[in-house]
Amino acid sequence: MSEHVAPPRTAEVPTPMQRERATTIFERTVEGRRAAVLPLSDVPETPLSELIPAKLLRERPAVLPEVSEPEIVRHYNRISRRNFDLDTGPYPLGSCTMKHNPRLNEKVAALPGHARLHPAQDPKRAQGALELMWNLERSLSELTGLPHVSLQPSAGSHGELAGLFLTRAYHEDRSQERTRVLTPDTAHGTNPATVTMAGYEVVKVATAPDGGVDLDDLRAKADETVACLMLTNPNTLGIFDRNIREIAEITHDVGGTLYYDGANLNAIMGHSRPGDMGFDIVHLNLHKSFSQPHGGGGPGAGPIAVSDRIAPYLPVPRIVRRDQPAGQRRDFAFGSEGSNGSGPSFDLDHSGEKSIGRLRGFQGNFGVFVRSYAYITSLGADGLTEASETAVLNANYLLAKLLAGRAGKHLPLGFGERCMHEFVLTGSPAAKELQVKTLDIAKRLLDYGFHPPTIYFPLLVDEALMFEPTETETRESLDDLAEAIDAILAEAEEDPAIVTEAPYTTPVRRLDEAAASRRPVIRQPLG
Amino acid sequence: MSRYTSATDADRAAMLEAIGAASVAELFEQIPEEVRLGRDLDLPEGKSEPEVFEHLAQLAARNADADSELCFLGAGMYDHYVPAIVDAILSRSEFLTPYTPYQPEVSQGGLQAMFEFQTAMSELTALPVSNASMYEGPSSVASAAYLALGARKGRSRLVVSRGLHPHSRQTLETYARGFDAKVVEVGLRDGLTDPAELERYVDQDVAAIFVQNPNFLGGVEDLSSLAAAAHESGALAVAAVDPMTLGVLRPPGDAGIDVAVGEGQPLGGRLDYGGPSFGFFCATEEHLRRMPGRIAGETTDADGRRGFVLALQTREQHIRREKATHNICTSQALIALGGLIHLVWLGKHGLVELGELMVRRTAYARERLAAVEGVELLHQAPVCREFAITVDAPVQDVLDACAADGIAAGVALGRDYPEHANGLLVAITERRSKADIDRLADSLGRAIAATRASTREAAEVSA
Repeated sequence: MSEHVAPPRTAEVPTPMQRERATTIFERTVEGRRAAVLPLSDVPETPLSELIPAKLLRERPAVLPEVSEPEIVRHYNRISRRNFDLDTGPYPLGSCTMKHNPRLNEKVAALPGHARLHPAQDPKRAQGALELMWNLERSLSELTGLPHVSLQPSAGSHGELAGLFLTRAYHEDRSQERTRVLTPDTAHGTNPATVTMAGYEVVKVATAPDGGVDLDDLRAKADETVACLMLTNPNTLGIFDRNIREIAEITHDVGGTLYYDGANLNAIMGHSRPGDMGFDIVHLNLHKSFSQPHGGGGPGAGPIAVSDRIAPYLPVPRIVRRDQPAGQRRDFAFGSEGSNGSGPSFDLDHSGEKSIGRLRGFQGNFGVFVRSYAYITSLGADGLTEASETAVLNANYLLAKLLAGRAGKHLPLGFGERCMHEFVLTGSPAAKELQVKTLDIAKRLLDYGFHPPTIYFPLLVDEALMFEPTETETRESLDDLAEAIDAILAEAEEDPAIVTEAPYTTPVRRLDEAAASRRPVIRQPLG
Repeated sequence: MSRYTSATDADRAAMLEAIGAASVAELFEQIPEEVRLGRDLDLPEGKSEPEVFEHLAQLAARNADADSELCFLGAGMYDHYVPAIVDAILSRSEFLTPYTPYQPEVSQGGLQAMFEFQTAMSELTALPVSNASMYEGPSSVASAAYLALGARKGRSRLVVSRGLHPHSRQTLETYARGFDAKVVEVGLRDGLTDPAELERYVDQDVAAIFVQNPNFLGGVEDLSSLAAAAHESGALAVAAVDPMTLGVLRPPGDAGIDVAVGEGQPLGGRLDYGGPSFGFFCATEEHLRRMPGRIAGETTDADGRRGFVLALQTREQHIRREKATHNICTSQALIALGGLIHLVWLGKHGLVELGELMVRRTAYARERLAAVEGVELLHQAPVCREFAITVDAPVQDVLDACAADGIAAGVALGRDYPEHANGLLVAITERRSKADIDRLADSLGRAIAATRASTREAAEVSA
């Protein structure tokens, strides 16, 4: 690392943060301190027990902290520094699409017209919100090549569940009882978990030597009991399955639906569309491809797009657009536009005889829709296409840089030669030849100032390291990452202990995860 | 328009050379011709930041938000004051931009926040186990059903109170078809879950009962007796609770409830037209290993320092796959942190004071509105933060008239409760003063009188 100083190789001198003992806000309590000052009561001070029977009232207050406002601010600022974040450094977590989070999107999401809009507001007084959602639905429809969209699911896993509920409704409407769902062995863990939760049995389909679905295995397992095949393309190996049309045909021939896990959409925007590949149902992760900040694990949103035959079963309410001739329309608009009596109006449609019903409260994660709509509006057709191109370019460049160095020997590519937006290396040679495991390399990367790639996934690659740099990393940061990994492998060649004992510089060092599950302490004991 | 990327033509050329490819197009050659789009996306071209801002600001201006009118809307999400420190802390990139704490050594801030959140929710609900959050309210109710069916294997029915939020009941119906379970509904009697009807429905085939407190019509339920009725047949008692009322109302754990879930929006959440918010999921100790979602736990590092990790991960989808206790992956870490900060800001005494203020103002508002000509109380049950009335005029017309006065008077009940065609649900928070309530009462009185007058006129004209 030409411009960078190599990090410490031992833990001899604790860092300032390591010297600080983690203290919870509950441990900062001092009786009598407080932050909130509330409005004084302006109504009769009737004893509560005269308004609500005493047996329904709380007997002792919840033991919440007693701290002043400055202490609260300082506490959370201090603990925030114990996080690594995307705004500080590269975060090449495979399958998570950790792309830049534009602050413009935060700014427009915070506008009172969005952030302060009550979800039960009369639709005729929420026309801007409904129009935004309609526009977002249309954009996602174009990007996926599927005509109908519901924004309702709260996350990718929720979208998957919606997809299987839709599949169930579709088959039941045809009086067919189907019991099995096929997933490739490279699938995200949510896929099989969703299958079980939706009341189906998981059947795994093998992966062929080229990294795609094993067609013979698929043919052997595809029969009239199959409700659905869940797939992502490119798959979790970062390989585009060339046989996708044939896979679709095999699934459709036995009457199953084809479900697309949209986690990897960032590879193909403007280049290929799941609808054109033959998929019936797609979920998208607005927190991946469409820049919603990940927030330390949420919020996100998992809209679904579907084909005509699935549309009747979509969740309610649906957003509907009504084009009405000028002059014949009620004044549906609030505020600036539309009060001239022309233009479309928008509404929520709660009917839907064949709908699977609701998946959650209200209209979905609207705040996420605002951010993703702002993102799509900013990039446009050309920018989205370029984003995918650069994501694929960056991934292939990082791959090439890595393989040209020590990784070529110790961390080779699991499958194939090139990749789409992500790739999976195997740490199997490093584990055998250098006695450093993938976990060790990941931990040592923390000392070098990088978030590690996704590790030990997908399961069929031994000691897997899954890199997804995204389009928003610069060439220099990719060079730095490749050099850091090369340096770590050089350290391992010299003395594996440097790597296996890492990290040395993080707020805490390796943590005993087994103990936390054996004897779980999941809350602060309070007096 | 190229945005948020940085590859120049020179970069691209150098990168392609390192890859050994002639062009970027070559990298896409693994996509077979027949599934390539082969045309430009049919979307508008990209726009500059000022243009995007203007467009979004214009859309926002067409919404009647809670800053532009006096808001008495509730039905699950409420216009509480969110302390300024919530936004300030949540906008820190260290909380805003990381992902799930899969690398705990560099995620101690987020993990500790989860641990503190779990402690706070556990304390609020008086239940020993809490997870680090769920998507939102109604889907948490459905997730409780999944837990209950696992905990009471062989039982196939779920009994829900009509006082449970309609969105929760509908979501539960959707999920139950996947669970192969049947949902049975118990009615309300004078605004509260009918105990006699509940007793009739609960038998050895019922995995759990589902109630809400305060219920959808605002009534404060006697959770203890409802839980006791469930337990008599070995069913679990699940309660959806409003966290902001738990400063004053008996916590579910003290009332014998097994699983308490709910919508977290009242705690530090934006209204956001319904999301993103967070859900919470708390339970008794016996359900610890059946809990859905992420749970942070305390441990030590290699040098013996205190630290936090994701605990009990073998329950979760990324490890357990088809045998996981739930398919949830994403929690709502950021928004749940906002809820935690709001709770900490209120503190031990503030939460109680806020609750008392809500109860008293709600009592005042209920009395004040009941005195308005053409208004009747829909039920007499005790209330806490929300209450239901019936107006003696077409409710939509009344609401439109109040809107013209700059007041969102409440949520009409007719769609979800056809038996209360002109029912109206009115919510009170610490932001609605006595003067605001008086303004609502006056506006409502005028609106009802005017609506009745125009209805009479229309009748006379047609006669």
